[in-house]
Amino acid sequence: MARVKISRKSTAIDMTAMCDVAFLLLTFFILTATARQPEPLPVDTPSSTVKIKLPSTDIATLTIGEGKVFFGVAGQQVRERTLERMGERYKIQFTPEEKRRFSLIETFGVPMANLKQLIHMSNDERNKTNIQTGIPTDSVDNQLNEWVLQARYATKEINNKEMRISIKGDANEEYPVVKKIIDILQKQNINKFSLITSLEGDN
Amino acid sequence: MAELDTSGGGKKQGGKVRSKKQSTRVDLTAMVDLAFLLITFFMLTTTLAKPQAMDLAMPDKDDKQPDAKLDVADNRTMTILLGKDNKLEWYIGLVDKPLSPPTVDNYSRTGIRKALIENNKKILAQTGDPKKGLIVLIKPSDKSTYKNMVDILDEMKITNIQTYAIVDVFDQELELMKRDGIY
Repeated sequence: MARVKISRKSTAIDMTAMCDVAFLLLTFFILTATARQPEPLPVDTPSSTVKIKLPSTDIATLTIGEGKVFFGVAGQQVRERTLERMGERYKIQFTPEEKRRFSLIETFGVPMANLKQLIHMSNDERNKTNIQTGIPTDSVDNQLNEWVLQARYATKEINNKEMRISIKGDANEEYPVVKKIIDILQKQNINKFSLITSLEGDN
Repeated sequence: MAELDTSGGGKKQGGKVRSKKQSTRVDLTAMVDLAFLLITFFMLTTTLAKPQAMDLAMPDKDDKQPDAKLDVADNRTMTILLGKDNKLEWYIGLVDKPLSPPTVDNYSRTGIRKALIENNKKILAQTGDPKKGLIVLIKPSDKSTYKNMVDILDEMKITNIQTYAIVDVFDQELELMKRDGIY
């Protein structure tokens, strides 16, 4: 009886195409990933079980920690426009170079008077502790209120969308500090906030 | 592919030296492994790095009409006072004649969460309307921290309480908290 011979096939597969695909995807992910900027005011956010992700556009972030408030708004164009508007408001002229540099700063916390100085600092200098003292929030010179207001105008002008406000508070921050910020925002009729939290397991 | 060329270079014929023909194929398996590992890493870090956000709507403040107040049924209202040292106190009804005596509690699962779930059930049974559950008034005092506020808002989400608001503490309630040593 004739035996049927099964031809032995090589188990090796051509990996070239797979390698191509893998590297293509890898390149895509590396390019889309945004490098995390060091934060000038590191805060330890409280944890919660909420699993809603924060949108990354049309949003301003107020960082609260150590009794200081830092401000940041998403989008480089929006940031430039916000600075222009703030310049008009406080009669400070900014050069195009300064605007460009400012648009790369994600969060900052200095009074308007020191803003120029901050813009000219290098990234490393800027993120040193105690360089940035927080944005004044007292009722005489409420610059935080102005920043939020101008950022809202700028977001509306450029993206034609309402700006959302997120609050990133330190877990051990005392409530009155947070309340003060919320009160400032409520004066502008902002009643909806997003509180940034870290993830906690259901228990 | 994927193997080393181990065959000899053939016999020397006529003394002519022939260069060995080597396979140009390289084993790509390890490279693919590495590429996918990196892909996984970048995918996860880009999506996981997005922070979680808890939405909070504050009651509208109208400076022109400071007396415009919304009356709520006191038998459905639970007031939670946030005090110092991660402690809280809750009662149902009005502060001068509470329907349930003020209780000092903590933020744990057996603490405030149990009280919230039980009272919510009770109220729901009383009203018989799934939309008319417990109304919770959260009153963070000056001694409480931001974490306390987030924790209690989180409890609202967990216990599925639909109506809650953050409001200011009354003096009477401050006295109560002082009496119980959490302010």
